[in-house]
Amino acid sequence: MSARRIFARPARFAAIAPYLWMVLFFLVPFGFVLKISLSQTAIAQPPYTPVFDFSEGRAALAAAFAQLSFDNFGLLVQDNLYILSYLRSLVVAVTSTLILLLIGYPIAYGMARLPQRWQAVAMMLVIVPFWTSFLIRIYAWINILQHDGLLNQVLLTLHIVSAPVVWLSTDSAMYLGIVYSYLPFMILPLYATLSKMDASLLEAAGDLGASPRQAFWLVTFPLSLPGVGAGALLCFIPIVGEFVIPDLLAGSNSLMIGQTLWLEFFTNKDWPVASAAAVALLLLLVPPLVLYDRLQRRQLEANR
Amino acid sequence: MPLLRIEGVAKSFGNFRAVDKLSLDIRAGEFFALLGPSGCGKTTLLRMLAGFETPDEGRILLGGSDIAQVLPHERPVNMMFQNYALFPHLSVRDNIAFGLKRAGMARKDIATRVAEMVALVKLEGLEKRKPDQLSGGQRQRVALARSLARRPQVLLLDEPLAALDKKLRESTQGELMELQRRLGMTFIIVTHDQEEAMTMAGRIGVMDAGRLVQVATPRNLYEAPASRWIAEFVGDINLFNGQVTARDRGRLTVSTTEAGTLAVSELWPPVTKEAVSVAIRPEKVKLSRRAPASDAGASQPINRLEGVVIDVNYLGGITSYRVKLETGAVVRSSMANTARLDVDAYLAGQRVVAWFTADDCLVLEQ
Repeated sequence: MSARRIFARPARFAAIAPYLWMVLFFLVPFGFVLKISLSQTAIAQPPYTPVFDFSEGRAALAAAFAQLSFDNFGLLVQDNLYILSYLRSLVVAVTSTLILLLIGYPIAYGMARLPQRWQAVAMMLVIVPFWTSFLIRIYAWINILQHDGLLNQVLLTLHIVSAPVVWLSTDSAMYLGIVYSYLPFMILPLYATLSKMDASLLEAAGDLGASPRQAFWLVTFPLSLPGVGAGALLCFIPIVGEFVIPDLLAGSNSLMIGQTLWLEFFTNKDWPVASAAAVALLLLLVPPLVLYDRLQRRQLEANR
Repeated sequence: MPLLRIEGVAKSFGNFRAVDKLSLDIRAGEFFALLGPSGCGKTTLLRMLAGFETPDEGRILLGGSDIAQVLPHERPVNMMFQNYALFPHLSVRDNIAFGLKRAGMARKDIATRVAEMVALVKLEGLEKRKPDQLSGGQRQRVALARSLARRPQVLLLDEPLAALDKKLRESTQGELMELQRRLGMTFIIVTHDQEEAMTMAGRIGVMDAGRLVQVATPRNLYEAPASRWIAEFVGDINLFNGQVTARDRGRLTVSTTEAGTLAVSELWPPVTKEAVSVAIRPEKVKLSRRAPASDAGASQPINRLEGVVIDVNYLGGITSYRVKLETGAVVRSSMANTARLDVDAYLAGQRVVAWFTADDCLVLEQ
């Protein structure tokens, strides 16, 4: 009997477990949402038809199946509310990701160049905000940004402004909230690639006549691109579907897709359209997800 | 005026004095090796020549001007790194062209020079490969080509062959020497491998604890080490401690506890202390079954030590023996296996006489 046989079973289970997880908690719920997206609204409980009832036999099921249609997806294209929401989500996600990169890269770069012992401290500082609930932190920002909030008080005391500035319910407040919340997700992958960088590469660049600035742009930056990609996608993907931050900090005149979804579900009670919007959102996020996966894989290979 | 003059250079890291007021001249076109155990400061010295470290004191004169404070990218020297430090995102061609582009060379000239370098290190056909698609030996060649491409006044090589296996290392040593001769460039190599230093370099500087303890040709380093430490560091050696009891026209008589009274020739400069070590390289100790004939016909005295063979190590080209003397001391001897069928080989347990001439001995202060 080889050792192989003994380990075979738990090992096989370990290999299956993630797939099981995916099926149970992603594919099955997604199946529900997909089905609802193909249904029609109804004033009923649940608020859509048809409802699959497995106790009524095969014929009834087939009839119910025949009622499914793609009409809701058609509506998504016709009503520009949805297209505008998607577009706004994309604009917000792209803009936020760029701001996050501009702020996160220098921080990660600085962290990676700290003495070893201080790197751990810096890492801690980046992670510490996670110890407080995300919602509480956003509410804290509301407090700071409101009419008589901390920010306006400071600005008034320092005579930088003469009257309180409207911060809350603006795009600026929303971007502030998003950048603040997602910064660690940008910094950590960047830091991971930058801290692994071989210092002798920069010395070699210097030795071959590159000034420190040239060495950064010719060596450090291109080699950190996998980290840039990982950080950007890690932020971009959830920001597209972000709901809480725009809902609490932004104005209500233009909505992100997450907010539109919420409205459809809870205010309009139109589950099928909301589901269709959710499915469409998911499909839109597939390409960046695939890209992210490929980047990760390439980096894994490069590290081998 | 030498090409490179290092004058009283010192460098400390915290309390650790890595390089201690070191001075050294290196001539143009020389192949110079810095040899020493790890932590002796040889790499720090090399890094100061490259500009990665700034000396705390002293001057580094290259062609007469002090470059001690000049930044690495503004120095006419290039370095080949121990781990090669090839840019992983650039092809072989772009790695080699990196330094040329920084120098603002014209596109056409870069292409010509890169092709020249690729041919020089025999990498034709691999120009488009990335470093991770190359073998260790090929990477080493790219690193060499990249550091040579700018035609530096001095090429610094930090343990350039350490990552290669023995066979490849030996053939590469030959190629490096050939290259250096052909280009007429000044090479300074850092190594902890004395065989490598001896094979390639015209002169070797031995470093210990941040100081240069001897600068000599490989032959002088081996045959006339300046101190006991160097004698032991470079190659194998038998050492017997003793007292000088008589001096007579360049001949010393040394009385040792382990090997009795030995006759040795004195080196220049003469030893001044009475407490000395007599040193003899194993290959200069011959073994025979009976003591060689008396000194009568010989031009110099012969030392004879009787003992028993306790250990025989057949190494192919040579066989090394360990002979235990009556005093308990062990003498090592190695003899070339000049015949395929050696009827004269000694076996463990055999009584032998280990003998050597006075001229083959070194006398070193303790």
